[in-house]
Formats: sequence, structure tokens, C-alpha cells
Amino acid sequence: MKFRVFATFVGPSLLLMFIFIAAPLAAVFWQSFHVTQPVYTTVVAETCTPGFINQICTTESRIQLELDEDGIPIRTTEFVGLQTYRSVLELDRFWAAVKDFSWSKLMVIDFWKALRFTLTFTLVTLPLVIGVGLLIALAVNSAAKTVRGQIIFVSLLPFIITPVIGALSIRWLFVGDGILTAFLEWVIERDIAMLGHAWTIELLMLFYRVWHVAPFAFVVFYAGLQTVNNDTVESAVIDGANRIERLRYVVIPHLMPLIVFVSLIHLMDAYRVFEEIVGFRSQGYVISLQWLTYDFLTPDETGNRAVSSASASAMLTMVGIVIILVPLLRKTWRDHRAGLN
Amino acid sequence: MKLSNIFLAGALALGTGGAWADCAFENTVPLKSLTAGFEAWKAATSAMAECGNFEAELDQEFRTKQPAAFAAEPSLYHIGGVSNGTFNPLYNAGTIRPLDDLVAKHGQHLEPNQLIKINGQTWAIAMMVNAQHLMFRKDILADLGIDPPTSYDEVLAAAEAIREAGVVDYPLGGTYMTGWNLGNEFINNYLGFGGEFFDENNHPSINNEHGMATLELMAALSENMDPEFLQSDSTYVQQQFQQGKIAMANLWASRAGNVVDPNESQVVGLVEMDSAPVGPVRPHAALWWDGIVIAKNITDEEADAAFRVAMEGIDTEMVMANNAAAIWLIDGYEPGPLSAGAAATAANGAVPYPASPALGLMHNALGTGLSDFLTGAKDAAATLIDIEAAYVTAAKEAGLIN
Repeated sequence: MKFRVFATFVGPSLLLMFIFIAAPLAAVFWQSFHVTQPVYTTVVAETCTPGFINQICTTESRIQLELDEDGIPIRTTEFVGLQTYRSVLELDRFWAAVKDFSWSKLMVIDFWKALRFTLTFTLVTLPLVIGVGLLIALAVNSAAKTVRGQIIFVSLLPFIITPVIGALSIRWLFVGDGILTAFLEWVIERDIAMLGHAWTIELLMLFYRVWHVAPFAFVVFYAGLQTVNNDTVESAVIDGANRIERLRYVVIPHLMPLIVFVSLIHLMDAYRVFEEIVGFRSQGYVISLQWLTYDFLTPDETGNRAVSSASASAMLTMVGIVIILVPLLRKTWRDHRAGLN
Repeated sequence: MKLSNIFLAGALALGTGGAWADCAFENTVPLKSLTAGFEAWKAATSAMAECGNFEAELDQEFRTKQPAAFAAEPSLYHIGGVSNGTFNPLYNAGTIRPLDDLVAKHGQHLEPNQLIKINGQTWAIAMMVNAQHLMFRKDILADLGIDPPTSYDEVLAAAEAIREAGVVDYPLGGTYMTGWNLGNEFINNYLGFGGEFFDENNHPSINNEHGMATLELMAALSENMDPEFLQSDSTYVQQQFQQGKIAMANLWASRAGNVVDPNESQVVGLVEMDSAPVGPVRPHAALWWDGIVIAKNITDEEADAAFRVAMEGIDTEMVMANNAAAIWLIDGYEPGPLSAGAAATAANGAVPYPASPALGLMHNALGTGLSDFLTGAKDAAATLIDIEAAYVTAAKEAGLIN
């Protein structure tokens, strides 16, 4: 292909990738090393606000923003190096906790608490999603042809639901005296509060994510199962391989590239866990790295938002994803090289 | 709080009908408003819409949109709904206009109490006040022979008796959801003990005996609540009341109407509104107001129309049609038993929510920092130290302290 033709085809998508991926990433990277601040002044002012019957007027010092001649707040931006990263990571408290060998001290520092949950969440859901997805695929593959369509449709439903809505609906089954809590209370005859303990909320969140994502793994594996070489399977049967052995030595090696693909996608998705935190309102008990970024970015009652901290936290999340993907990417790369030779 | 409130706002939008007379003039200038989504705003914006050419956006997350939307040139909204806290970012950024001329022209009927003034200039028109105050089941307290509690010691004693009698699931309800709600509970209780949040240089000063007393009080109260209290927002507490699951709570006055609404409540006529429990210095509650502001980055003609429409929205007719929706500051409001709690709280000396950029940061730090204490992951002393440290980090990044 001539370079001109190649460039005409690839150019537009490169341009869009630059605008929507590279440029924002560079901006976040830059923001994480800089702090932009307004200039505050304290003035004494009389403020009158409504009382119940009469107005309450108080004269007190008021923190105000300094405005320029156009009435726009003056802002200064300065380079702060790694300072924001240090304050997000809270390294002083981290080392203090490490020196004391105190897990409980470490687990009250926001970033490390969030990292602990994010890693647990990612690494626990990964094998479950792959396993459950494979099981459904195998089950559907051996089901009668007449009902396959219906089974596939029903199995796909959880994946179609918007994540936040799915999380909310599971929460509503358990919150307070929700249907399932009431049922469990009736079965074991004691009061339970599923959303009153960190570990029960975490269990619900893990269950929800597996329920939500397993259909994706199922669809991919089911497609892969259609291409398994029947001759190989038949020879395995003749050689006396049972079901498990056929699965282990024929089917799974055949599906391996797809398993790696699903793992990659799932690791990236699960490390950015966020909807579960919002849907299950778990922020009092467990938080994730992505939620931490969101929390920095949310303006408070008086409009402050910590953009630098949010940027640093977002960069750290990205670094985390890269680290967690390295083993799988290396494997894919090696396989790729082996394929070339 | 956030998602469920959005749904609540949606439900209200479908539920409330207009029963008041038409607008006094016909508006020809296209106008937009951005306000919170609770019942009082629904009533006010519906009345504004009758003037024509008016589009209302009701959103419980308005506080995250408003500063940027009003800073645009021209402003994306003409009328804004604000409260003590959300007024500050707009005023500080200079994106709202002084209203004295407009008040002189179209607002002669306004009560002096409604005018929010800074250094003599009017910047906002308040329409209602709000406060958290004690609501309790008078039937349960009467059965057990308990007098209406006036302090948290008495509330805790009453809770103990109610728990022993076993008449409700949990003696207390509380808006203890991690985040804004939880931070607000600390602020309420800390004000009652007479605590100061900052020194004169905006450095935090909550790590003291008042802070410790507040944490002890919150822990003691939470033991009498549904174990899921860290997820419990105003709507949840309101529902707990409506379903007869709790006997007492320090809940928003703006929820009183819902608590005893015959269409959704099982405890109609059984809930009494009383002052927020009084602490050593003042009641454990802050006073809030809600009102309207007009954007600066719009033409004078638009501002004039916006102000007239807003005045139609918060007029006597609207109040008479929606008397129970809020504690209105507007002429024509008939205070009833539902407003008694907020009135008593104010009479007992509650102070306005001390909104400032520093308190905004502190509110956030409290909201996320307190849950580790209430779940038992941290002790009280460490909690206060960590919250102060979180505040200092945030205040440094915001440029409030060096």
C-alpha cells in the first residue's frame, strides 16, 4: 500500500485518538504536577441572613476570592513537583504503619485502603468471571439446538443492564428490610444488616460484578467453542479421554487466546471499579481508586475541587493498570514472537 | 443520598400539580433556572413556568454544575436556586448580580427578612428556611411515660427505654450517610457544644474537648440506629418514620410534610415536631435558607424578566397552594404544627450554617473521615487528628492556607 493511501485511512482515527486520548492524558499528567489556586482575602463584612422571624445580621470576617478588573477570580498556577503525589499516597503515614507492622493502621489511609479493595476486587473476580463464563458456554454448547437461542438471550441479560442500575437493584434487594434480607432473616431467624458491615458489602459487590460480566466471557468463549476442531475431539474420545481430560487438553488450549483476551479486558475494567461503590453506597466501608479520584473531583458545598489530587490519583490508577497488565501482555508478546518464527 | 434524591425529585415532578392562579404578566424573554429538586423548588418553579418561556431544571446535584454554568459568557441559566453554602461559590466568583434595583422595581412586597445582604447590598432573595430538628412518635413516648426530650442525654435515655419496650425496630434514625450528611451531623452537634472550627488563619481547631464530646455523642446515638446507618440519608430516615420503624430522629424540617403525608405514611398524626436537642451552648442544629439569585453574565433586560418571573414563583399564591411544602418566609404562610420544630430550634438560639470556603473543605473532610470512627476502625483521638490533617492537605491545595 502506498503511504498516501495508508495515511488517508489511518489519519482520521489517529487525529481523533490524539484529541480524545493523548491530549487529555497529557493534560492530566501536567495537572498532577501543578497546583492552580485562587487568591483568597479575608474581609470584614456584615452579612444578613433570614432568621425564623427576624433577620440575623452578623459582622464577621469573610473569606473571599480576589477578582481582577473584569470580575474574574485571579488564579495562579505553580509547579509543585511530586508534592501532590506525596499527599495522595500519604507516604509518612504509610511508612509509619509499615514500621509498626500494623495492617489496621494501613487500612485507614485512603489510598492504601482503596488499593487493597481494588486489587482484591480485580483478582478475586477474574478467575470467577472466566470460570463462570466458561461453564455457561459449555452448558449452552451442549444444550439442545432448539433452546439455545433462548438460553443465550437470558444469559446475556445481566450484561445489557447499565452497571449503576444493576448495582442499585441488587442493593435494593438487601437494604434495610429488602426482600432478600427479609427472607434470610426468616430463614436463619436473626436480624441481619447486609449493608452494615464491610465484608458483607464486599461480598455483594464481588457477586454483582461476576453476575454482570460473566455473560461477556460466556459470549466470547461460546464463539470460540464453535471453532474447536471436531476431529481432534473425536480422536481424543477414541484415545479414551474423558470429559474433563478433553476439556483440559483440547478445549482450553484452543480457547487460550480468548481467555487471555477476556482477562485483559476484565483486568482493565475491574481495576477501574466505580459503579459498585456508588450503587452500593459503600464509601463508608470500602472505597476504590477510581472512587478516590471522583471524590477529589467532586466540588464541596462551597465549590472547592481538588483537581491536582484528582489528576495524581488518576495517573496512579493508570500506572496500576499498566503494572497489572504486564504479565499478560508479556505472554501475548512472547506468543506473538513465537508465531512469527 | 444522590441517586435516590434524583429519583425522588422525578417522582415529585410527576406528583405535584399546580392549583394556583396564572401568572400576572406574560413573559416574552426565554429564561432558564437551575435549582435543587426538592418539593419546595418544584412548587416555586412550577409557578414561575406559568409566566411562559421558562424552562426549569431541578437537580439535586445542582451544586456541582452551578459555579461553572454561571461563570459562562453568557450564563447558561438566568435564575439560580441556592442555600447558605451554595450561595458562596457564586458570590465569591462574582457571577451573580446585586439585586437592589430590581427589588426596588419589582420586589416591594418582599419581607425584609427575605433579603440576603452583604455589606448592605442585596444578593439573593430567600424563600424558605430549613433546619434539622427533633421529630418523635408522641404515642410511643406517652405510652412509656417519657417527657419530650430536650437534650441528647434525654434522647439517649428515651432510646434506652424504647429499646427495652421493643415497640419499634430501632429507637433512633439519623442522616449519617458517609459524605455530606455525616459531615453535616458533626457540624450540627459540634455547634451545640459551642465548638469553633478554625483559628483566625483558617487552621483547623476541632481536635479539642468539644470535638471529642461530639464523637462520643455520635457513637452513642449510632448504637441506637439501624446498623446500616452509614448509608442512611434524609429519604431513608423519612421512610423509616413513615413505616413506623423508628421513634425519634433529628430530621430536616423540609421532610416533615412527607413524614406525615397520609398518601405515603403509616404514622399520620403520631409524629410531633420539636426543637433540636439543646447542647451546652445552643441547639445541635444549624439554620439554613434557600432562595434565588440572578446571574450576572446576562443582559439587563433578561435580568429584569428573570427577576419578575422569580417573584411570581415565590409569591403569596404559590405559598397558599403549597403551605405544607416548606417553612416559607413569604407573606401568606400559615405556620402550622409542622413548622413548630424549626421555630423552636431557632428560638432556642440555633445559628446559621457558618458557610465559608474553609468550612466547605472541613465538611468534606468530616464526611469521609468520620465513618472509620463509627465503624470502629479508628479511635476518637486518631479520627480528629486525621480529619484535621485531611483538611490541611485540601486547604493547602485550595490555597486557603500556606
